[in-house]
Amino acid sequence: MSDKNTKGAPSQRGRIWFEALSANGKPVAGLPDSVRAADIDLAGKPARVIAVVPDTNNRFPRARNGEVGLLEGWNVARAVRDVVKADENSTEKRALIAVVDVRSQAYGRREEAFGIHQALAAAGAAYANARMKGHPVIALIVGVAMSGGFLAHGYQANRLIAINDPKVLVHAMYQAAAARITLRTVEELEKLAATVPPMAYDIGNYAKLGLLWKLLEVEQADAPTTPDLALVRDTLVAALADILKSPRDLSCRLGSETRAASVKVRKLLREQWA
Amino acid sequence: METIKFEYPAKQPASGRVLVGVVGSGDLEVLLEPGESGKTRVTVNTSVDGAASQWRALFDRLFATLPNAAAMNLELNDFGATPGVVRMRLEQAMELVKQQAGK
Amino acid sequence: MDKSQNLKSNSFIELNARERARSILDTGSMRELLGPFDRVTSPWLKEQGIVTQADDGLVVAKGTINGQSAVVLGIEGSFQGGSMGEVSGAKMAGALELAAEDNRKGIPTLAVLLLETGGVRLQEANLGLAAIAEIHAAIADLRQYQPVIGVVAGTVGSFGGMSVAGALCSYMVVTREARYGLNGPQVIEQEAGIEEYDSRDKPFIWSLTGGEQRFATGLADRFVQDDVDSMNAVIRELAKAGVPASLRDQRIDEFLALLDSIDTNVQPNSAQVREIFGKGVKA
Repeated sequence: MSDKNTKGAPSQRGRIWFEALSANGKPVAGLPDSVRAADIDLAGKPARVIAVVPDTNNRFPRARNGEVGLLEGWNVARAVRDVVKADENSTEKRALIAVVDVRSQAYGRREEAFGIHQALAAAGAAYANARMKGHPVIALIVGVAMSGGFLAHGYQANRLIAINDPKVLVHAMYQAAAARITLRTVEELEKLAATVPPMAYDIGNYAKLGLLWKLLEVEQADAPTTPDLALVRDTLVAALADILKSPRDLSCRLGSETRAASVKVRKLLREQWA
Repeated sequence: METIKFEYPAKQPASGRVLVGVVGSGDLEVLLEPGESGKTRVTVNTSVDGAASQWRALFDRLFATLPNAAAMNLELNDFGATPGVVRMRLEQAMELVKQQAGK
Repeated sequence: MDKSQNLKSNSFIELNARERARSILDTGSMRELLGPFDRVTSPWLKEQGIVTQADDGLVVAKGTINGQSAVVLGIEGSFQGGSMGEVSGAKMAGALELAAEDNRKGIPTLAVLLLETGGVRLQEANLGLAAIAEIHAAIADLRQYQPVIGVVAGTVGSFGGMSVAGALCSYMVVTREARYGLNGPQVIEQEAGIEEYDSRDKPFIWSLTGGEQRFATGLADRFVQDDVDSMNAVIRELAKAGVPASLRDQRIDEFLALLDSIDTNVQPNSAQVREIFGKGVKA
């Protein structure tokens, strides 16, 4: 059962995969407990893994369950920009791997008051900037990739990789709130989601949109086995190689039939532009 | 949503194309373009189902008062506008085309 | 302000997206791309039995500002709450991508984004979200070369992923009528409860996310009255100013230091936010 209706207990998936990938890595200091980063070796190349994880003691009470809030946005930005700065004069640009399990952006009064939109922009811009400077950026979706949380942490990546699992989902808004905003019932939304791929929550339907680079079959999404980890590592290495021979924009996401209108709009704009 | 189509006799093709209105609550968008000589085609896309006869009556009345109307292709994208608003938008569109031609 | 000026003032907010775009570009310079008569509408709304708008609620207006090449991207807030669908999102992202390309070819081109939007169009959910990520990418690219100027005038305001887009802009312009924040009040109330955020308490919402507060707390760069000439003048001034020396989203240490100083055990009010952010954040 997916979590599209209720959010339940904080998911530990992001932490689990982060720790599995960074077992032999060097943790990055100076971050709050809700943002984890480590420098690892990926098939002989240096990379930094970053995750936003639940922190029950978070100073901001609305950001204790793995949401991307004010501290998370700004600190992810720091973890990314530090890499870009350190590699400024190097021809080899370290890879950045965002482990994505973000149940949402943080919804709260403090967040709005102190400009959470600016914090999310900081993180998103940091990843986009890294990508434009030549750093390979990969998002590994192991849990929920929801809305503003995903925009800040992962959606600027050169390549999106997800594991195929019922708890993995991508969307813009949970069903209860979406029903309220669109003046539909949850049942009506369910029915539509079954036939309209972009309205669905599950990763299978998301894969139809052509935004994912790879969808991986693992044995245990909540406790990766040795072969699971090997598969993910191999896929990350393959993604790095693929990125190095490709343009550093997001154009690789435009191939699918489902996004035909996105392609058509760009084609017509180009014809009419000059 | 419902799509309703009508045809009315008309004169020479309209001299230009205009857009008025928005597809917002209680409003509609009207796209007016030159039609085939002698014929005005109307396409209504409306969020309100079951109102075809009211639309028919509205256009019948409108074109009865405009025996010399130019041939137009009219597309209306309606989001629950009242007949008064529809009429106002149609008149606005036809007036704008006239103004364009006068320039 | 004297009375005669008052009588002459023309509301910017009362204009639709197309008229707003025209009022910003140099007189007579506007050319619309992928306009309503091209009829590239939302395939997803149609499929769900929802009436489409011929331009999908997004105006791509090319022209000049101060004689320099510019593109104004205007969201029509009256159509589906200004929400971003696949087509409207691709229009904005695609135009920004072409503007960046022009800059690389030696044609300096700037962009103005007229943001009146609730964010993702939920009927196109994941394709709206994907398009917004592409808009973010394109802003981050274009702003390296030329200003990307965001405007939230009202009355819809700017929310969701599009407020993040606003926060990526080189400059943000707001009016008193603007609301500018991440989460819409109804959504916060739904997710966090009415004690956290009462979506019907308009003065409270305005006091935290209104244009005046955003300007006073340094999260917007210009506060303009609702008047066509004033808006036009501010855009011209910012276009002339060029790329800013520092971008808000890059002032990480500064913002983190301010957040450190907050007592998070209590809910903040407007005055406290001004006190904490008012000094530190303003450029």
